[in-house]
Amino acid sequence: MITVRDVAKRFTLHNQGGAVLEVMADARLEVGPGECVGLVGASGAGKSTLMRMIWGNYRINAGSIQVAGVELAGAAPRDVIALRRGTLGHVSQFLRVVPRVPTLAVVAEPLRTLGVDVAEAESQAGAILTRLNIPERLWPLSPTTFSGGEQQRVNIARGFVHPWPVLLLDEPTASLDAANRAVVLSMIGEARDRGAAILGIFHDESARAQVCTRLVDVSGFAVAA
Amino acid sequence: MSEQAPLLSVRELSKSYGARRGCADVSFDLWPGEVIGIVGESGSGKSTLLACMAGYLAPDAGAVVFDTRAEGPRDVLSMSEPERRMLARTDWAFVHQNPRDGLRMGVSAGANVGERLMAVGARHYGQIRAQAEDWLERVEIAAERIDERPRQFSGGMQQRLQIARNLVTGPRLVFMDEPTGGLDVSVQARLLDLMRGLVRQMGLSAVIVTHDLAVVRLLADRLMVMKDGLVVEEGLTDQVLDDPQHAYTQLLVSSVLQV
Repeated sequence: MITVRDVAKRFTLHNQGGAVLEVMADARLEVGPGECVGLVGASGAGKSTLMRMIWGNYRINAGSIQVAGVELAGAAPRDVIALRRGTLGHVSQFLRVVPRVPTLAVVAEPLRTLGVDVAEAESQAGAILTRLNIPERLWPLSPTTFSGGEQQRVNIARGFVHPWPVLLLDEPTASLDAANRAVVLSMIGEARDRGAAILGIFHDESARAQVCTRLVDVSGFAVAA
Repeated sequence: MSEQAPLLSVRELSKSYGARRGCADVSFDLWPGEVIGIVGESGSGKSTLLACMAGYLAPDAGAVVFDTRAEGPRDVLSMSEPERRMLARTDWAFVHQNPRDGLRMGVSAGANVGERLMAVGARHYGQIRAQAEDWLERVEIAAERIDERPRQFSGGMQQRLQIARNLVTGPRLVFMDEPTGGLDVSVQARLLDLMRGLVRQMGLSAVIVTHDLAVVRLLADRLMVMKDGLVVEEGLTDQVLDDPQHAYTQLLVSSVLQV
């Protein structure tokens, strides 16, 4: 479902004398249905860079990345948007929302974008928020006022509210207490068992051991500075 | 994946003010349901571009092709004046930065909304008033204020009224010029939420000109960055903001204050 071939990434910093940073070369990776692949490597080795190229918010300078058959290198924006709508899910480390929008609507939004009616979308959103221990009295409030751990759970609820066939998870269990961490890990396990192709960054080693079917070390793709 | 026709195709649109370049060689396609943001600093040509597309300014060259309901794709610039005016009243809407430019300050809120309905042929007073009330509620203005004049409204309310006036006829394309400019941050958030909801519900396409990167991050699917009248970079919104390629975009993104 995710195929990364000979991918290179460089950054050109025009406002710092045009410095060119070659950060990645010859990256290769394959994630199939029902697999949960964990990216490992030291901080700065390029785990997040690789994830962002697959999500589409970083450009790909060479090589090819395909997600569910869609080529992301040089893809038209609307093709990436279509891919994200129904196929490619993402749990980032930060929650980015329009201020003032109620939590329930934030979580229901991906379903609404897919054409699910309000009542059904909000009922599914409510179910997943309940599972993640976000009490119903918080649902009408904007998550921008929530604690870090609560925001992270809202983010996870949003990322799991639709059964995306491909999922990218960036530190989904960071800043969670033990009980919520267990909930999230079982949700990841269920997604994997229903056949989703999952690629994640987990700094928590025991989390990795619990959900990952395989690890890929990205240090080999890093370009020596 | 791209079997639909674009709603709007802009081709090599150029406009100069004497020797000074307003905008030059701008081309892009906008598909149904898509929101495109145009960003750049003051004087970058973004407002000139918007005014040329919306028919407020005559460009020197180029084409603005709109997929009309009746006759399919037509170049708006070669339409007759009455045809273009009809389009501006039905399928198009324009939300000005200053609500005073988009509202009639001397007539009531209800009349501001109803007027656009009457311009497309509505004649039944009761129905017009009911629709105006419905729209005031949708933009979160209490229906009992329907007979007040916009002058009595706050800036945020005036802007919401302008949006109601524009959307009441069910347009397919909305041009917005700095729609949140000049408003308090809390009022901006409310307006953003409202606009996002309306764009979704009505399946609107929109062109939003702004210098506020946070606004486009939340509203726009795609982004065009302009400098000195030229498009220097374009792409998926989060890609342009997270991995800017052009020197100017990098400067713009790195200049935003973090809260």
